[in-house]
Amino acid sequence: MNPQQAATSIGQPNTTAIVFFLAFVGLTLGITYWAARRTKTTSEFFTAGGGVSALQNGFALAGDFMSAASFLGIAGLVALSGFDGLIYSVGWLVGWPVVTFLIAEPLRNLGKYTFADVVAYRLKQTPVRLAAAVGTLTVVSFYLIAQMVGAGNLIRMMFGLSYEAAVLIVGGVMILYVLFGGMIATTWVQIVKAVLLLAGASALALMVLARFSFNPLALFREAVTQYGPEVLAPGKLVSSPLEAVSLGLALMFGTAGLPHILMRFYTVPNAKAARGSVFYATGLIGYFYLVTFILGFGASVLLGRSTITGVDKGGNMAAPLLAEAVGGTPFLGFISAVAFATILAVVAGLTLSGAAALSHDLWTHVVRKGKAPEHEQLRVARLASFGLGILAIILGILFKGQNVAFMVGLAFAIAASANFPALLLSMAWKGFTTRGAVASMLTGALSAVLFIFLSPTVQVEMLGKAEALFPLKNPGLVTMPLAFLVGWVVSLLTPEPEAASRFPEVRHRMHVGAEADTPQPSPTPESASAEPALPSR
Amino acid sequence: MSQTHSNPELEALAASRWRVAAALTACTLVSYFGFILLVAFNKPLMGQQLVPGLSVGILLGALVILAAWGFTGIYVVWANNRYDRALEKLRR
Repeated sequence: MNPQQAATSIGQPNTTAIVFFLAFVGLTLGITYWAARRTKTTSEFFTAGGGVSALQNGFALAGDFMSAASFLGIAGLVALSGFDGLIYSVGWLVGWPVVTFLIAEPLRNLGKYTFADVVAYRLKQTPVRLAAAVGTLTVVSFYLIAQMVGAGNLIRMMFGLSYEAAVLIVGGVMILYVLFGGMIATTWVQIVKAVLLLAGASALALMVLARFSFNPLALFREAVTQYGPEVLAPGKLVSSPLEAVSLGLALMFGTAGLPHILMRFYTVPNAKAARGSVFYATGLIGYFYLVTFILGFGASVLLGRSTITGVDKGGNMAAPLLAEAVGGTPFLGFISAVAFATILAVVAGLTLSGAAALSHDLWTHVVRKGKAPEHEQLRVARLASFGLGILAIILGILFKGQNVAFMVGLAFAIAASANFPALLLSMAWKGFTTRGAVASMLTGALSAVLFIFLSPTVQVEMLGKAEALFPLKNPGLVTMPLAFLVGWVVSLLTPEPEAASRFPEVRHRMHVGAEADTPQPSPTPESASAEPALPSR
Repeated sequence: MSQTHSNPELEALAASRWRVAAALTACTLVSYFGFILLVAFNKPLMGQQLVPGLSVGILLGALVILAAWGFTGIYVVWANNRYDRALEKLRR
């Protein structure tokens, strides 16, 4: 084949893409219709009634995490810079073991719909839930903006639709999923999307490898012939070690603080299924990133970097272009439809977790002090989903043309700083108090947002200033330890004997689970059971 | 259930779970940040090709991904056998 193939039908309405996309939307709306008839309680709306199996949840978790940005963005990064793309992939994956070890099971056993359930378990409901909702909604908003703007741009490029139309379609269909089908529909949309994405990426990788006698090393050797040995070596992505460590921390611990990921652990029946589901998810996501690496190299070797940057400077169209080159226009159509479906599914998951914070944390527990009747909770949950969906559309249109790529990194930094420290401390440290939790969550959220605002990304790249007050692009290295420290110090300064006395109950339920309920607080002295890295009393 | 509640066995089990979790978290941290620091401080090593087409960096990157999955696997096997069995005993 001709490596400099220039003609592409990307950006022109593509019949196959439209057919596949309509088939996906038709199928998922069918699922939503079926799910809507099974969504009669708040528990069904937010957690699919806890009836999702470990394998299903593994696929759904992977679906939540494999965004179009990681598929198209990482393939593009690899295509344009080779090895450096792998550094990103590794970073996006390593949060998952942390979720497995530290978060999944205690969260499943202690909470109901949101991570605030766990933090507030033995603390004062109102302040903790207010602060947790701030963290959740900030993370969800930044993540949503990045996804909506990405959706608008990608769909404009792939389908030739206008930006606004693309945002409206994504927002509209997503609202239908969440509003009517709740978590049951959202879970199945994620599963269908994850299967399609994994199948599409695998097929594409196989078509590429078929040209290199199924030997990835032959593909890499061809890349060296074309671009020199630098393509297999670190380039300019990690220029500052401090920057790399800071981003790494945010990615690693941010995954364990993402509300839409945490919420998934409530959809499985027990702790065993929760741990099993993260194992499946980690395998699927790791496999996906390795495949993406092959796709990136395939695109740079078979198409040439200049062809890729000719279509989109950021390289985002590397995977679709590759699909067209090795599988023709129909395969391009399929991959484009899969990318569209991917965005839809991720946005639906985000909206549902934001709605849980609004209705379960803010309305049910803060406004109604836990006394809202079931039908009212469900109504508020649906209203919140609808409102968030509309907000996502508005934000998508407002941020048109803005560089929002940094917002996903920011969402991870906020999740790692606002949510993760409070969550871990509440599960592992007896001495954690209401004021400590509130201070930790607010410090994490506000300091992350503030430092991002003062960072080179905003000050230099967006506002055009000569230098930034804060040197790092990602604030995780400073804000996450700060949130831990503030949570610890404030807790020590404001002892809360009542919260401490309920710690045995928390520990009991954290391990034994909710099935052995009716726990009574016992005054037994504790052995230090906290993780060594944490203050143990 | 109140006797499992004040049960020192549960406390010991809880402590052992946190220990395993902390140790495996440390393994993940070391493998990932080891990789990142090698990328940051020893670019020539990472660019060296072991066999034509396979650089140290690509091998290590792929290994960190596999190790992350491997660590989760170790945890799941430990928890499904040792931890769950001990928990089952406590419940009775």
